[in-house]
Amino acid sequence: MKYEAVIGLEVHVQIKTRSKMFTRVGAGYGHEPNTLTDPVVLALPGVLPVMNKAALDAVIKAGLMLGCDIAPVCKWDRKQYFYPDSPKNYQISQYDQPICQGGAVEIELPGPARNIMGEHKRIPLTRIHLEEDVGKLNHFATDSLVDFNRAGTPLMEIVSEPALHTADEAYAYLTSLRATMIYGGISDCDMEKGQLRCDANISIRPVGETKLGTKVELKNLNSISFVRDGIAHEIKRQIGVFERGGTIVQETRDYDGQTGASQSLRTKEMAHDYRYFPDPDLMPVQVDAAWKARLQAECPELPFVKQRRFLEQYQIPYTITSVLVWDRALSDYFEEAAKLAGPGRAQAVGNWLVNDLLREIGAAKTDLAAAKVRPPHLAELVRLVDEGKLLPNLARTVFAQMFATGEMPSAIVAREGLAAAPTDAGELEQWCRDAIAAKPDAAAEFKAGKESAINALKGPVMKAAKGKADPKQVDATLRRLLA
Amino acid sequence: MAATDLNIDHVARLARLALTPEEKAAFARQLGDVLHHIEQLGKVDVSQVEPTAHAFPVVNVWDADEPRPGLPVEVALQNAPRQRDHMFAVPKVVE
Amino acid sequence: MADALPHRTIADAAARLAAGTLSSVELTRAVIARTQAVEDRVKAFNSRDESDALVQAAASDARRAAGQALGPLDGIPVGLKDVIAVNGQPLTASSRMLANFVSPYDATVTARLKKAGAVLWGRLNLDEFAMGSSTENSAFGPTRNPWDLTRVPGGSSGGSAAALAAGCALATLGSDTGGSIRQPAALCGVVGLKPSYGLVSRYGLIAFASSLDQIGPFARTVEDAAIMLGAIAGHDPLDSTSFRAEVPDYRRALTEKKGPWRIGIPREYFGEGLDPEVGAAVEQAIAHYRAQGCEIREVSLPHTQYCLDTYYIIATAEASSNLARYDGVRYGHRAEGVTDIEQLNSRSRAEGFGAEVKRRIILGTYVLSSGYYDAFYLRAQKVRTLIRQDFLNAYRDVDVLLTPTSPVPAFKLGEKSDPLAMYLCDIYTIGVNLAGLPAISVPCGFTRAGLPVGLQLIGQPFREADLLAVARHYEQAHDWHTRVPAL
Repeated sequence: MKYEAVIGLEVHVQIKTRSKMFTRVGAGYGHEPNTLTDPVVLALPGVLPVMNKAALDAVIKAGLMLGCDIAPVCKWDRKQYFYPDSPKNYQISQYDQPICQGGAVEIELPGPARNIMGEHKRIPLTRIHLEEDVGKLNHFATDSLVDFNRAGTPLMEIVSEPALHTADEAYAYLTSLRATMIYGGISDCDMEKGQLRCDANISIRPVGETKLGTKVELKNLNSISFVRDGIAHEIKRQIGVFERGGTIVQETRDYDGQTGASQSLRTKEMAHDYRYFPDPDLMPVQVDAAWKARLQAECPELPFVKQRRFLEQYQIPYTITSVLVWDRALSDYFEEAAKLAGPGRAQAVGNWLVNDLLREIGAAKTDLAAAKVRPPHLAELVRLVDEGKLLPNLARTVFAQMFATGEMPSAIVAREGLAAAPTDAGELEQWCRDAIAAKPDAAAEFKAGKESAINALKGPVMKAAKGKADPKQVDATLRRLLA
Repeated sequence: MAATDLNIDHVARLARLALTPEEKAAFARQLGDVLHHIEQLGKVDVSQVEPTAHAFPVVNVWDADEPRPGLPVEVALQNAPRQRDHMFAVPKVVE
Repeated sequence: MADALPHRTIADAAARLAAGTLSSVELTRAVIARTQAVEDRVKAFNSRDESDALVQAAASDARRAAGQALGPLDGIPVGLKDVIAVNGQPLTASSRMLANFVSPYDATVTARLKKAGAVLWGRLNLDEFAMGSSTENSAFGPTRNPWDLTRVPGGSSGGSAAALAAGCALATLGSDTGGSIRQPAALCGVVGLKPSYGLVSRYGLIAFASSLDQIGPFARTVEDAAIMLGAIAGHDPLDSTSFRAEVPDYRRALTEKKGPWRIGIPREYFGEGLDPEVGAAVEQAIAHYRAQGCEIREVSLPHTQYCLDTYYIIATAEASSNLARYDGVRYGHRAEGVTDIEQLNSRSRAEGFGAEVKRRIILGTYVLSSGYYDAFYLRAQKVRTLIRQDFLNAYRDVDVLLTPTSPVPAFKLGEKSDPLAMYLCDIYTIGVNLAGLPAISVPCGFTRAGLPVGLQLIGQPFREADLLAVARHYEQAHDWHTRVPAL
């Protein structure tokens, strides 16, 4: 029998605000334990929550980017359960009136080859709501220690429909969602810092069956690769259980990315009864058209939309766009450089950017923002080459210097005397005749049809020209003389 | 809304209250009376009525995202029953 | 006796302080001495810091000497119910749970009283977590009624009412969720004001039922209550439910607003269970207003019979949630010898909370639990709408409503052992909280046994100035408020 997996993802994204969701003490990662608390964070007797406007802006913006319906009115509910990382023993969340409903995440599946675009799909979302993060428990041999620095950080929960079917789709979903959040400036989505966390609900059913099978919740998927591996492993495990005639138990399992194995978490003896009720300490949120319009205007072009535009507007290959569009700064850099370089030069800009600049940045362990090569540098380099003022073989040398010093390419060319000399056609023809005379065998082989033999003749010509001859012109001259 | 189905063991556990058998018996009886009294609310026709969550509701009560100083860590922990390494210590939590 | 310093009104003491015939240190010393003399009988205080009070008093005198006095409360000793946070001071809610808790922050009302120059004096006893109507539910023992030490002062703000009646402060703050200011004010013969929901910030008030709780003053006169309200009222950005209401000069409004008023008498508040002596005193108050040219009109609040049930569902549900934070992890009582976190939570809470608190947590947890939300909490919120509508309908025809504050005068300690009987003490006060209205209790007589009786006036939302003026009108024609218990 063939089986089909049905996967729904619950993704928690921390919103990048300066202060917490319901109090104004600073929010942040990597601080000394319990140094980002105040009476509200610690739920001391008598404290009250006050909403953070920026967190509301961020979640509405995220909803708009993902095409969600933004609720005209939403409220806050208390989700009640005792746990030592939850200072109030309830979490302020949104139960039956989430701020965003519907919407979708566009994903791209792997194509048949690296340079061919894969299939695109839209994975529908159920909802996005806003809540507050909990603190962090650190476990030791005999006790656990609680740090409340993270407690109260604004957290979005993005819930997909059970509409994913493979580990690759889940991977593509998370990649796209993360890029969207980073694009919108909503979160840095660093999974190592817990800024993006993912739980997966997985069930399988025989192909053709429409009823959902028993679902297993997979937790602690703390990198995007682990999400893919964990889901693949769980699908295989469930199929294995089925094929041995077993039944799937509804449970929560913990996936260990290091060992590639999962284990059942201790089953809760009592089903959760969160006793949701509207938080009487908070007033509802009303989102009017003007507020939505203002945030809509702040929404950036999404990666896949940008990719379609790049392909059309700049006529650059998929392989380059697929590098450029996932990084908003990189794609902005590209567009600026392409504009400065002038029409018809976008592909050259893209090549330099993706092949040379990113490689150098990687080698130098720096980042794009810190690179001394700025769009005007790259644009000028491309223009010099395209106008024949700098020969391509010397352009690499210029680029290396430019990367090291931040000088404009024209300055480097002038100082180093690298400008392409306006080649005297007579002189070039003489160098070519000399080369043919010096290498008669190669000349004969070329004439006999061995195309590559011409390369043996180009070396001496370039040597005679001290490297400044235009290779295209050298090639053309040799061919004319050998014809 | 029958008053008889108050499962005191279940509710006490949800509320994290380790009640004695005597307390359970007393509460079950006393709350039975109260719940019996409360049953009369079922007679009110509320089919056309909106719930009141706030006596004077307003919307969009918020603050700008401007951080203010919090508590020094010593003050944050000043009331802690047990602490270690500037954190609140509890018996080992098994997930 | 009423001439003695500790029994003066704020208005009178402030005038003397301003005239230089009295110093704050002198006044504070007198209040301390009075407290030392009566506290072992009244037991209104959970804690007090005499030297701290004198330091504040000296600072007030220094301000005044420098010509920088802050207003009528500068140098006046004011007591706080022990549910209001003061930075560096104990905050217990009269619970074993918080017996050793010290607040690292000020409530907004505390900050405002400090800004007004008041001498913050003492933390006053209450029913644990404000749950009760007699102050017998305190982990630290009951407070006694200064008019009869065998009787309760009412509750939950019994310490605040008794301390004031006994001359242990010139004014106090309490909190009122279902009558917890007005009922003890009535039982102790003082003025008690519950402001409109949202007029006074709840930030720093230990929450019982968030949608009903409101801080308000106890004072000897309506004028003093107006002075106190003026100091603590007004929008607070730290409380999202705080209302952006105009805060007029309440004291000045007392002389500007002269009536006559249209006064509504809700017939449902004069039925079965009303003590005849209380009823008679209230009838006389009605007669007073009628004689003064006010239009007295009978009105109906038809959903009154549902107030108690609605209240106990909403209040216990919110309380069960608000009190979840007392878990023995970050502060408060922690049980010894526990091996896992659930035990730590469950045993700390079982040991830290008293019976009434546990009872209400159980009820509140139950009404919110899976499958019951619609039948209980949601339904109660809908009935709350109807109750609120009753009041707003009545205000089409009248300016204020007049009722007894409590159906009975102060009862004996231990007299009401059945929870439901105790809950019935609040039948005339809880509707006001459900509707979010302002209401005041003013002394309106004494029973033959010498126990105070209170009159409740219920105002329109955020119209405290009118409410106070109506109350003041009665007070000025009577002298009940000048009587002092023989202690």
